[in-house]
Amino acid sequence: MAKSFPEEVLEHVFSFITSDSDRNAVSLVCKSWYEIERWCRKRVFVGNCYAVSPRILTRRFPEVRSVEIKGKPHFADFNLVPEGWGGCVYPWISAMAGAYPWLEEIRLKRMVVSDEALELISTSFCNFKVLVLSSCEGFSTDGLASIAANCRKLRELDLRESEVDDLSGHWLSHFPDTWTSLVSLNIACLGSEVSFSALERLVARSPNLRTLRLNRAVSLEKLHNLLCRAPQLVEFGTGAYSSELRPDVFSNLAGAFSGCKQLKGLSGFWDLVPAYLPAIYLTCSGLTSLNLSYATIQSPDLVKLVSQCRNLQRLWVLDYIEDIGLDALAASCKDLQELRVFPSDPYVVDPNVSLTERGLVAVSEGCPKLQSVLYFCRQMSNAALVAIARNRPNLVCFRLCIIEPRAPDYLTLEPLDAGFGAIVEHCKELRRLSLSGLLTDRVFEYIGTRGRKLEMLSIAFAGDSDLGLHHVLSGCESLRKLEIRDCPFGDKALLANAAKLETMRSLWMSSCSVSFGACKLLGQKLPRLNVEVIDERGSPYSRPESCLVEKLYIYRTVAGPRIDMPPFVWTIDEDAALR
Amino acid sequence: MESIVDREDGLNLKATELRLGLPGREESEKETMASFKNNKRASPESAVADGSKGDFDAGDGDRETAPVAKAQVVGWPPIRSYRKNNFQPKKAEGEAGMYVKVSMDGAPYLRKIDLKVYQCYPELLKALENMFKLTIGVYSEREGYKGSEYAPTYEDKDGDWMLVGDVPWEMFMSSCKRLRIMKGSEARGLGCGV
Repeated sequence: MAKSFPEEVLEHVFSFITSDSDRNAVSLVCKSWYEIERWCRKRVFVGNCYAVSPRILTRRFPEVRSVEIKGKPHFADFNLVPEGWGGCVYPWISAMAGAYPWLEEIRLKRMVVSDEALELISTSFCNFKVLVLSSCEGFSTDGLASIAANCRKLRELDLRESEVDDLSGHWLSHFPDTWTSLVSLNIACLGSEVSFSALERLVARSPNLRTLRLNRAVSLEKLHNLLCRAPQLVEFGTGAYSSELRPDVFSNLAGAFSGCKQLKGLSGFWDLVPAYLPAIYLTCSGLTSLNLSYATIQSPDLVKLVSQCRNLQRLWVLDYIEDIGLDALAASCKDLQELRVFPSDPYVVDPNVSLTERGLVAVSEGCPKLQSVLYFCRQMSNAALVAIARNRPNLVCFRLCIIEPRAPDYLTLEPLDAGFGAIVEHCKELRRLSLSGLLTDRVFEYIGTRGRKLEMLSIAFAGDSDLGLHHVLSGCESLRKLEIRDCPFGDKALLANAAKLETMRSLWMSSCSVSFGACKLLGQKLPRLNVEVIDERGSPYSRPESCLVEKLYIYRTVAGPRIDMPPFVWTIDEDAALR
Repeated sequence: MESIVDREDGLNLKATELRLGLPGREESEKETMASFKNNKRASPESAVADGSKGDFDAGDGDRETAPVAKAQVVGWPPIRSYRKNNFQPKKAEGEAGMYVKVSMDGAPYLRKIDLKVYQCYPELLKALENMFKLTIGVYSEREGYKGSEYAPTYEDKDGDWMLVGDVPWEMFMSSCKRLRIMKGSEARGLGCGV
């Protein structure tokens, strides 16, 4: 039956199938579909760089044009993964340099990228167009200079929140004057000043520029020079948005902003001075995305701003917005889909602003399209969570961080089990959940049974016993990533649900109660898992097996144990018994 | 606040070690699961009554009463280092740590330390000695770190490599971008009459 269809026809049909999971399904139908599909797959996503090897990738998919790879586990964002753990991209670049001369796009997240890797990228791929480095580290502005100098067809350079060794701003001047294909540039994470005149000339000769995110070092007075040269901008990130109030600077800026008729997204705003805020008022009605998470302005100014952004879909803001600001948001922004509220002063015990659970409840009531929430606050109640759940059953991502670990319902002093239980019960499409506050094993029972679409779960300072972990691992049919810290979860739950671990991308457990003996058992029994013990106290083999491990990272892999481990990481394999 | 002793080795093991108690409490490490269940949370009444919500052990003599910065647990609240580094909170108290990279000549990978943990040069040097298992010795203005084959250096804001110890501690704190422990002849060159 398959033979009666010429390959070219099948290939043409497959070209309309773009999602990874659909492609994977297609490849499982039969051998000939597998073969056809692998020859025409252009885009590959590797969710864990150690789950597969570069060689396996290049052998199976010879015609890839776009690659996305993720490295360190998510908790690396919070300094829980020791420096030097791994996630080095060089072996991947090296393999792809040989196998994919026509590679156009590389997107990396939480990987260690050296200057050598960047240089290799810049010289290996003549059609290279897109480089996105999200939360990466290990490279300097020298590496960026190679990219600038050699990638003649580059369209997108996005350094999203990477840690760059900022040696100087000269790298930008390495872009040749003949290069005019820039579409997107994000240098917001860079500390030092780039040559402004080079930046100006770059913007002036890039008619396709849509996204420009500057770094803090670009002063406010200079913004209008750039904006006037790029009125077609769709996304713009300012530098430090502060200056002495001068009427000429203000009117230049306001004029420049109003000239950008396509502007949909704004960000930056470090050191924001309220006096200059009105310069953006004319853009507000068109804005769909606003990132004020570095803007240290108070609630009244925030309210004035946000009330004008009737089409806002995404808002990132500091808790200076307070409940009163969230009320205004709920009243004005009926299209809001994503809200993130960050803490302005997370390390003091007492609240410095009047932001409570009430603000989030108000937004959940007033914004019917709200799907994604990240909310830092200092008090929460079951009643509020139940209200949020009832108001917004369409929530897809709910991440709540009550700043004090194990904080109970502040009204009843009970655990927040019922509240989070309501969230998983009502929000049937929930894919991502982060818990906080006082929680017993019961909340995990709710999550295990009701969280059927849950893919990622983050747990901290919660639960009473292994039963909690057991509920999650024996339920949650769709679970892919589980990350746990400081919970009394241990051997029994892990060993009883060992098989579940092969259905997930990864499990992270730190400061829990897992013994080295259990890790050894898991590693021996399940060869398709890498069981990594991370312990900075020295070899776990030098202590009794009953000793608890500091950190544990378990992930499924077809590449076997990795060979680039630093001295504080041990992978348990079948030979563990022999040591 | 955690004592200097805990931070001495620079690794801040106390914050990352397995502890079956609330963060900030100096509990015995030998607690079992059973006792964890009992001790884990203060009873609701006492949590409200003393207002500390378990930050500090009631028996701890040096508990402060003014609005305090919390004893910091590593990685909590879960805020990305990028955000912590970029955003200066209004209060200086309780700010996030100041992590700088430390490289040592000949070592295969770098480490990171939090400079805010130390109050003075001797503490920092001791921490580096512990971290890399070496002896740096005593600083002298004339001779640098004579007697040791290592010299601790740092890169300042201007991109220059300086010998650790020459400037006042506060100035060092505000200008140090990264550390490098030089070894051998390069190190000796720095110490002698430069």
